[in-house]
Parts: sequence; C-alpha cells; structure tokens
Amino acid sequence: MNGTETHTLVATVADHPGVLTRVASLFRRRGFNIASLAVGHSEEPGYSRMTIAVEGSAEEVKQCEKQLYKLVEVVSVRNLTGAPAVSRELAMIKVRVRATERPGLAEITDIFRGEIVDVSKTSMIVQMTGAQSKIDRFLDVITEYPIEEISRTGVIAIARDDVGPRNGRARG
Amino acid sequence: MSATNGQSTNGSTAAPKTPRTGGEVVCDAMLAAGVDVIFGMPGGASLPFYDSLYHYQDRIRHVLIRHEQAAGFAANGYARATGKVGVATSTSGPGATNMVTCMANDIMDSVGVVYITGQVARPAIGSDAFQEADVTGISIPITKHSYLVMDVDDLPRVMSEAFHLASTGRPGPVHVDIPKDVFLETTTETAPDQVNLRGYRPSKVGNARMVRKAAEVINASERPIIMAGHGIDISGAAEELLQLATRGSIPVVSTLHGVGTFPETHPLSFGMLGMHGLAYANFSMRQTDCIIGLGTRFDDRAVGKEDEFGPGAKVVHIDIDPAEIGKVLETDVPIVGDLKLTLQKLLPLIESRDRTPWLDQMNGWRRDHPSLKIPDSPDSVLPQEVVRAIYDISGGEARVIADVGQNQMWASQHFWYERPRMFFSAGGLGPMGYALPAAMGVKLADESQDVWCVTGDGGLLINIQEFNTLAAEGINVKVAVLNNAHLGMIRQWQEFFYEGRYMGAFLDNPDFAKVAQAFGLHGVGTSSRDEMKDAIAMAHEYDGPVVLDLHVDRVENVYPMIVPGTGVNSVIEDPR
Repeated sequence: MNGTETHTLVATVADHPGVLTRVASLFRRRGFNIASLAVGHSEEPGYSRMTIAVEGSAEEVKQCEKQLYKLVEVVSVRNLTGAPAVSRELAMIKVRVRATERPGLAEITDIFRGEIVDVSKTSMIVQMTGAQSKIDRFLDVITEYPIEEISRTGVIAIARDDVGPRNGRARG
Repeated sequence: MSATNGQSTNGSTAAPKTPRTGGEVVCDAMLAAGVDVIFGMPGGASLPFYDSLYHYQDRIRHVLIRHEQAAGFAANGYARATGKVGVATSTSGPGATNMVTCMANDIMDSVGVVYITGQVARPAIGSDAFQEADVTGISIPITKHSYLVMDVDDLPRVMSEAFHLASTGRPGPVHVDIPKDVFLETTTETAPDQVNLRGYRPSKVGNARMVRKAAEVINASERPIIMAGHGIDISGAAEELLQLATRGSIPVVSTLHGVGTFPETHPLSFGMLGMHGLAYANFSMRQTDCIIGLGTRFDDRAVGKEDEFGPGAKVVHIDIDPAEIGKVLETDVPIVGDLKLTLQKLLPLIESRDRTPWLDQMNGWRRDHPSLKIPDSPDSVLPQEVVRAIYDISGGEARVIADVGQNQMWASQHFWYERPRMFFSAGGLGPMGYALPAAMGVKLADESQDVWCVTGDGGLLINIQEFNTLAAEGINVKVAVLNNAHLGMIRQWQEFFYEGRYMGAFLDNPDFAKVAQAFGLHGVGTSSRDEMKDAIAMAHEYDGPVVLDLHVDRVENVYPMIVPGTGVNSVIEDPR
C-alpha cells in the first residue's frame, strides 16, 4: 500500500454502553486496520478517551477520522501523528529466569529504565513504560531469555501543551 | 404533557407533569415531529406500544403491513415524499430482523426513518428469551444511530434525539429498541427544549473562502458540468440549482436520486449519467474541465472507471457529509455545508457566461446518440413504451416509484421528471421488492398525487403480500408490472457477460391480474399495445388501486450500458 504508516488518533467519546462496539464495527466494516486501541476515562465525567493506532496511508487515515467523527457519540478526533505529542505504552513481560540469570535481566531492565515488579522462583515480571519503539527494542534485546507472557496496553497519547489543542474536527 | 398538545412542554417546573407511559412518549414524539402515519405489525414485545397507538388512533394512522420489510420501505417512501421522518415499527426478534434490509437501504440512500422495535422485557434480555434478538447489535453498522432504552425516564430525550438525527444533516435511519416493560412504565420526564448532542453538529453554510474559490474555478472553466445528486432534493435546493445552471449556462446531469432535481425538459438538462445513463450525459463527463458535484457521493454506478471520469477536470464538491468529500475523487474545492444555504452564497459570485461552444458540443452528442429512441417492435410491447405511456397519460404529473433492475432504469429514462420528489427508487442498496411498499408510503404522504408503482415481475413477487395492504387500507396506488417473465437485468448480464448461459433468470410467474383480483384489487392483464395504453388510461381514471400485468418483450435490454469496470469509452448503445 502507498505510504502506509501507523497514525495515532485520539478520540473523545461519550461513555455510553456500546460505544466501543460502534468504533470497532466502523473500523471493521470500512477495512481500517487497528494496530492498537486503548480506552479509559478522560478528565471529564461521562466521556472516555480512546487512543487508536491505525495503519494506513494519509488519505485512508483522513477518511477514517471523518468516518469516526460521523459517529454521534464521538465528540472529537485528533490525529497526533507528526504533531508535538507525548505517546507512551505500558508493557508487562513475564520472563522465565533461573536464579543465576536474575542479575542479567535486572541489569538490562535497569538500562531501559524498566522495573521488576514481581519475582518468583522461576520467573520475573518486568514492567516497561515508554514509547512503543523502546518496548520493541527491549524485547529485541532480551531474546536470550524465554518469554512466557507479554501484555501490552497499546499506545496512549496526549498533545503537548505549548502548541495548544489542534482543531480535531474532521474537515474536507 | 407533550409538545404536541400545544402546551408548554419542556423543562417547565411550574406545571405539574402528567405521567406518561413509554408507549405514549413515542406517540407524542411522532406528533411533535409532524408524523401522523406509522407502518408496522404488532407482536408480543410491542403490544404495550400498540395499546398506546389504540388511544392515539384519532391522531396517528397505523397502517398494518403484511411483512415488516414493507413497513420500512413504506416509511422510506413516506419520508422521501414528505421530507419529514418516516416511522416503522415491529416487535422484537423476527419482526425487527425483517426490517434490517430497510435500515441498510435508508443509510445508503440518506433517508430519515425512525424504527421503533419492541424488545423482550429488561429482566429477560440476554437470556435467549422467546423472540429475543440483539437487534441493536445488528443495526449498528446500518443505522445513523441506535438506542436500546433501558430506563423510561430516558425515552423522551431519546425520541427527540432520534427524530432530530434522522432528519438533520445527512438524513438516515435511527433505531430505537424499547423493551416491553419500558413501554409500560410511566415517566414524568419530558423532552429537552433543544436536542443537545456534543458529537453531532451538522454544518450549515459552507466555508466562505472555499465558496469564493469555487466561484473562481467555475467562472474560469470553459466546459463545466453540474452533477446534481440527492442532496439537492434533501436540502430543498432545486431553485438554487436552476439559478446556478441558467446564470452560468452550465449543463446539468443528474445521478439516479438526482433525477427531477433539475427540470428534465430544460435545454440545459442532459439527463442521468452512469452505467445506464444517457450516452450524451456520459460523453460530457469525459470532456468537461470542471465537475460541480452537488449533494452526490460519486457512487460507482454513476462514476464508472474513475480515471475516465472527467480526466484533468477540476472538481468542486459541495456536500453536507465531510466524509464524502475526497472519498472517491480528488477534490480541488471541497465545501462542507447545506446545499441550499451554500448555493445561496455561491450564486451572486457566478458570472453570466456564454458557453455556446460547449453546449453545441453536448447537443451534438445528444443529436448523434439519441439514447431515448424507442425502436420499432411489431411483435411485442417494449417496456419503455409502458413508461412512456404512463408519462403521456399522466401528463408527466405522476409520482413514479420504481423497483430495482431493468424496470428502474427504464422508469428513470423514459419519463421526464420536472420536479424533485417525482421519481423514487432504491439506488444504493438496490433491494428488489422496494417499489410496492414504498409506493404505499408515497401515496399516504400526499393522497392528492397520482402514484404509479413501476415494477418488474421479479421484484413484485418479493413483497406481493402488500396487495393485501393496498386492498384493506384502500391505498390508491397504480401498479404497472413490466412482466418479461425474467429477472431481466440478470438475463441481460448473462447475455452480455456469460455468453448466454442463463441460470436462475427465468420466472415461471402466476397470473398477476388474477392474483390481484384474489386480493380484492382491480387487476388487468394484457400483451397488446392498444390494450396496454387503454389499461393505463383506465387505471389513471379509476378511483382505487389497480394492478396492470403488462406482458412486455421478454428479452429487451437496457441501453446504453457501460460495461462494469470500464469507462464511457466502451459504452454499449442500442444496436437497432
């Protein structure tokens, strides 16, 4: 596909039952690819914030924004791709490690500024926060350890304040 | 009490509020929206609503259809003919799933219909109860919005939102699913004075800078063409369209739903474009240097192959739905706004220009490619002749509702529609069986209008049970069956593209005149030309519904035809 890249859309949506179904249904029926979707409360009671990582060309993602905006429960949509924004993901990684291997993994975790949040006789759980690329890189580095389980939140993003909010309305 | 009774309604804390049942809230909301007809069939979960309708009989006419699909299509016809919202109702489960096709049809054709479906009582939801189906789950992708109302106190607000959403912006279907016990409970809540939906703010006037740019592009163009779509009708912008065309000497072609938004006998009218559009309408799209798309979504049946559609032409696109702009064609001047309001801003900026060379060229194509010439047919009546006879006998004043397929194309081609809301068909989804129930809705929208349902034999059979509704309700619709004993468009495609391997194309039909008579309707069948014209004249005069089973040529094709996936260069014209 032409110029396919991952775009980060941030949508404010009414916190109604079924709103996630509407968004998911829209992506499925229009053939947009979701790389990740994270949803949680926003600063305003009754409204949630969704961060959706979408794969596609600039035109496809523009169309995706417009279609999202057509949902009655979607209040605003902003495309933060290329805009001044902070985006983070949280990952938890359970790694199978013998006692002798613990210091090695702890050292790498430390370099990546992750945290060991749980230790058992046979495994450790690493918590890693940061840009998606950092987590990917960490996973690349620890390939020598058998990974038992990975759970990632998907990216969440927020625009930097010094430029102010962009007009999120989808416009032709 | 509700707004409908003329009393102060909403938010007033002084007057004591009378409790209303959920069913009454729905009835009041209909009346507040100016809708006095509801099409539907009752069932267990909607019985409490029918008990409310019983008490509103003097204000709301309930039309009992014989299949819920007919309710949705009739409401669609009513909505399109009135410009108001149509209302259809069914019970839960199977009643609601029978209306799914109607919702999909409304969303494709931008028609505002509110669907009231019964749902099993709240405690039973999710338990696989009798006649339970997750219909709001089903309707999400095919509605503009939907509600499952779990608290009767929400219902007044939901109903006013539903009518607002269905009728404003780009209209569309809104589904309200109401559990049986919510219909029965009472509330003292009333609808808010104004609908307030933060996520829904349809545009009004288009951006002023873009409107100026549109005028510059149009004024500079030598060979502009207006492509008039359904939005002209929805926005009530036919007068503005006429002014735009005449002021700039700009020719007009229309989409299927744009038929009639510009008077078709006007010298600047070049008919419908697209797969079965007129050859000269399509030729002009090849040569134009400026496409002015008004309230159209540049549907694939209208556009064909995109790179042969106005190659190199500037595109000015005005539509109320931002998602339609740039979806199909790269757009030079995108304008999001209501067409009427936006054209009113654009009109004073349009220069009066002489475009004689362009119009001469287009009229040359019109002369050399007379797509509407009906060939001689000594041995059989051609279906085109039937449409032409209805045009002649009604003086062009009939409202025509076409079904889907060959009949739809002939009905659009061989009748000259002078005003919006004269021609109705299901263009986007293309559900056969649309015409008969939709014609009932169109007739009940304004009984002073002559209403002709032009259908094929295949489409008629899909909702033929509605003969019963015509008879029982005395709905004065004239039905002309273009009976070619085939699924005609299927037969045509199999002839053109499958080397005549006909599979599933032949129809072994009943005698439709006798079927009509059995339903208590006036039914006439004929295969003769003279009798056909006499029958149409009789039906025109007859005070009541009539069914004409007109046996036409069995293998007549629709021309011109642009082969799917190709452009106007490979148009197939009538070889005769």
